[in-house]
Amino acid sequence: MTAHRTIIETIDLTKIYGMDGVSVTALDGVNIHIEEGEFVAIMGASGSGKSTLLNILGCLARPTSGTYILDGEDVSNLDKVQLATIRNRKLGYIFQSYNLLPRTTALRNVEMPLLYDRSHKTPLAEREELAKAMLDAVGLADRMNHQPQELSGGQQQRVAIARALINNPVVLIGDEPTGNLDSHSGEEIMQLLDKLHKQNATIVIVTHDPIVAAHTERTIHLKDGRIDTIVHNGKTPHKFEEKEVSYAAA
Amino acid sequence: MQPLELLRIAWEAILKNKVRSLLTMLGIIIGVGAVIIMIAISAGTEATISDQITSLGSNLIFVSSSFSRMGPGMASSGGLIYDDATAIAENITGVKGVVVEQDATETVKAGDVSLDSISISGISPDFLSVRDLTVASGRWLSEEDVTNKKKVAVLGSALATELFGTTDPIGQSFLVSNTRLTVIGVLAEKGTVGEVDYDSRMYIPISVMLQKFARTPFSRINGDSIRMIFVQIDPKANMDNVITQIQILLAKRHKVSLSSLDFTITTQQDIISTQESTTAAFRSLLAWVAGVSLIVGGIGIMNIMLVSVTERTREIGLRQSIGATPADIRWQFLSEALLLSLVGGLIGALVGVGGSYIFGAASSMRTVIVPSSILLAFCSAAAIGAFFGFYPANRAAKLDPIDALRHE
Repeated sequence: MTAHRTIIETIDLTKIYGMDGVSVTALDGVNIHIEEGEFVAIMGASGSGKSTLLNILGCLARPTSGTYILDGEDVSNLDKVQLATIRNRKLGYIFQSYNLLPRTTALRNVEMPLLYDRSHKTPLAEREELAKAMLDAVGLADRMNHQPQELSGGQQQRVAIARALINNPVVLIGDEPTGNLDSHSGEEIMQLLDKLHKQNATIVIVTHDPIVAAHTERTIHLKDGRIDTIVHNGKTPHKFEEKEVSYAAA
Repeated sequence: MQPLELLRIAWEAILKNKVRSLLTMLGIIIGVGAVIIMIAISAGTEATISDQITSLGSNLIFVSSSFSRMGPGMASSGGLIYDDATAIAENITGVKGVVVEQDATETVKAGDVSLDSISISGISPDFLSVRDLTVASGRWLSEEDVTNKKKVAVLGSALATELFGTTDPIGQSFLVSNTRLTVIGVLAEKGTVGEVDYDSRMYIPISVMLQKFARTPFSRINGDSIRMIFVQIDPKANMDNVITQIQILLAKRHKVSLSSLDFTITTQQDIISTQESTTAAFRSLLAWVAGVSLIVGGIGIMNIMLVSVTERTREIGLRQSIGATPADIRWQFLSEALLLSLVGGLIGALVGVGGSYIFGAASSMRTVIVPSSILLAFCSAAAIGAFFGFYPANRAAKLDPIDALRHE
């Protein structure tokens, strides 16, 4: 093994939703290991636990039990404020429906994460400089003063990616990033993610589209809250085996 | 998040929904405006009353008949009579002037001009100095005019113009009811003080008034009854002492005991304190009404903020996903509510000041803008914004990021 930095590591990750005495196990002992620069897809049928897994990986929810180590820090038991800080510093989100603020320019949308950085204040001029650079990187330098409603779906998603990149996150989390786009725009977004991947960005996306998954290096298939198979790009699927955990823990 | 950024975000959110923001602020605008206008009106009323009291002259006491015990043979006295005033002037030490006033309203005719409901004051000559009036042309009523029951009159400036136009009114004669009077003087302009328009009334000797216009059926037996005697006291004299002397004198004259006087003596101070307690009650009533409208405005803000939180649930989820803490979200909505109420308060203050001014100019009511009322109204608006904004803001802060992001 090369000495790659481990970005995501989960050990026996379990999530149980309890509602009125009825408990539903959404995740049942999931072990994942993702290294810096990897491009990973999570797939699974509805109810397989892929959204729950993504929420936990994205620090939006906490596991019921098990351990989640993000960039060397155990984040499984952090409180709301600490999780917010982790999300602000280490994560970048790409949503299916872009989630841009309406009637707000692309530039203002992109600089938003910097406003919530409590560790240091970024002056307005510097924020704008950074946001411009990010928009330039996603090919929207000429659209920075446009509001979301003046942009196409593909352009909006690129603004969202620029926003996800501005805090220099350790991992990009994508929840069906091409789900609302036509195939052409979807392909453009995937090419953009490919380009970021080549620049050593770590990317984890949830998708149900095999074409999207084909862009990634690895696809983790979930079934009933457990890892079913892991497909390495271009290779035949194989049944997930416990020994991969020891490889992960190594 | 930095306060300035919070304010910028709140300001942008308000601007994004201009009409709705304005409607939300309307409650606060009306509330703050109402507080300022109400306080201006009650301050104006107080000022009017105190002017009225000072316009009566200084160091005055008022002797007035108690409610009537009259009826033939029932009481030894018919209340205050004209001779009581003379007796006070002659017998009491420390009295500077005694004025008797009896009013009537009559139709006045001069040539082709006929005016209805003109106020006529029958007065004794001291009236001029006690009431602080100035004669512009001609002369004032004299002691002799009163004793000889001379049919003369001094006109207010406006009344003189109305009756005689550009002609010099001095020496002209005119009819009051069926009595012919001659103009001997015209007063300088004084304007309206309190409810009394000094310029459109006339002054005649009290003796003429009692004989011609204000005769009572018992005058022949009891003497001419009058409503009130104004006594101006020498500033160097002891007021309480003078009051006691008057009480003893009049009790003797009316043949009543000191414990059951048929007249009352009121000082200016008594009148001022009575008026003050009335206006205080008036003011607190107005303050309550205005306060209620402010609270209604606050509820309006809460209502819209709750709608706003629901509408912007996804925005809240997004902000949380990029690192906003519950406190950040709470401050965001709280500052929006605060800003709404502060801007509303500012507009309301302008409306209140402008409204007070217009109200005072357009109506007969006088308004005095009290600076502290602006501050009070503004601060209550801010407090209301914070109070009614807290619940919606807290609700936003408690949202779960996953649920918020999934919200449709």
